[in-house]
Amino acid sequence: MPGAVARFWREQPNRYNLIGTRCTNCMKVFFPPRDMCPKCHRQSIGKMEKTQLAGKGKVVTYTVVHDSSGAFKIQIPYIMAIIEFDEGTRVTGQIVDCEPQEVEIGKPVHTVFRKIREDGKSGTIHYGYKFRLD
Amino acid sequence: MREVAVIGVGITKFGELWDKSLRELGIEAGFEAIQDAGISGKDIDALYVGNMSSGRFIDQEHIAALIAEQVGLSEDNIPATRVEAASASGGLALRQGYMAVASGEHDIVVVGGAEKMSDVHPNEVTETLAASADQEWEAFFGATIPSLYAMIARAHMHKHGTTREQLAMVAVNNHHNGSLNPKAQFRSEIKLENVIKAPKVSTPFGIFDCAPSSDGAAAVILCPLARAREFTSNAVKIIGTGQATDSVAVHDREDITTMAATVKAAERAFKHANKGPKDIDLAEVHDSFTISEIMAIEDLGFVNKGEGGKAVENGLTTLDGDIPVNPSGGLKARGHPHGATGVAQAVEIVTQLRGKAGERQVKNSAIGLTHNIGGTGGTAVVHIFEVV
Repeated sequence: MPGAVARFWREQPNRYNLIGTRCTNCMKVFFPPRDMCPKCHRQSIGKMEKTQLAGKGKVVTYTVVHDSSGAFKIQIPYIMAIIEFDEGTRVTGQIVDCEPQEVEIGKPVHTVFRKIREDGKSGTIHYGYKFRLD
Repeated sequence: MREVAVIGVGITKFGELWDKSLRELGIEAGFEAIQDAGISGKDIDALYVGNMSSGRFIDQEHIAALIAEQVGLSEDNIPATRVEAASASGGLALRQGYMAVASGEHDIVVVGGAEKMSDVHPNEVTETLAASADQEWEAFFGATIPSLYAMIARAHMHKHGTTREQLAMVAVNNHHNGSLNPKAQFRSEIKLENVIKAPKVSTPFGIFDCAPSSDGAAAVILCPLARAREFTSNAVKIIGTGQATDSVAVHDREDITTMAATVKAAERAFKHANKGPKDIDLAEVHDSFTISEIMAIEDLGFVNKGEGGKAVENGLTTLDGDIPVNPSGGLKARGHPHGATGVAQAVEIVTQLRGKAGERQVKNSAIGLTHNIGGTGGTAVVHIFEVV
């Protein structure tokens, strides 16, 4: 859905660079970054440190999307997946540059920097991470 | 806290209702419930309305006051409150109404649920529904609600051995039940092979694995159990209510094949009712997708985790099974006007417990359960009903 630029711009540092946070109380890593650890609660206040993810992980689950809307309609069919990074945190993203039948649960992947979508001909072009099979 | 009873129910036909506006639907369901309860407008102390996204679907916010005024309840300027939790809005409105009566704040409360989804282009519907997922970290990357449930389904199949056929059987059962429900959107039976061969939505789902987007409204009238006899001889008690949350983003859950919100909401409702899963005679569960029903019967405790698919295959959930599930046809066949669904489930259970469900009547039922999910499981609400 199109929106004001700032709404997307403010997420760019994390989306572009895979910057998450680590709770230095329990050492768990979070991406997207969290201000507070959901396990350590107040013990984590002031102990959340920025951390760079390596961008390597594996497929937890996936689907081939045949029906979508808006900016994604022209990408049909595309592969959506939940990926678990080696650091333990999980994200949702697309797997690209392969045939759907090549994707399997457990297969290793790595991030690539790609255009995600554009909001019409004159709207914002959004970038971020997608995944490729190793 | 006071005991609370349902003394009246009302529901519109569900479907693509081109000739009806949201306010007309809300009024129709509300009026039927008021008549069923034998109350008059002056008796009503408050209105709660479950609605997911009237702002995006019909460009109208502030609908609680609008419906209160249109139905003629504004004579006494009663409080009217809209409740939103995506597709769990109706179930949450029921819970808010329940608490208002149980606490002693109000005596006679109307709980309505309504959604009008056919006034915008289907693309707009898909985008609006995707807003019940995590917009910044799921939908932004192309995830739709069907795709998120499809990923849950694939994980469930991988981890628990659930089969494509078992998923399809959920749709076949619910279409059978819907064929017996005059208010259902889809009143035709479907065959297993047609479910499996249907056009793909998001693998492994085809169109028959997905509940439709619908227009419709439902309403129930609540009052303190102690006063129920003033109005009706066939009141049904609400004996348990439970609500819970979980991460809105599916990927943030430790086990994506279970819905922690359902587990917790059920635990709370069962504890409140002093009952367990074995006491339940029938249930209306949130089958937004075929996998949702399989996970619901596991997470509600009717069967062990991972055995939901097998249980469906063995007939546990059919109308003459041990725990009939979605006798109304469920979201799949009755239809899924998102904000109305949670209230429609309550209407069905009350109708069943009163023995008024006609061809789809579940025999010998005394205790029923409703289970309503918001989005992909960020919210769950469970209610337990018992005949008086």
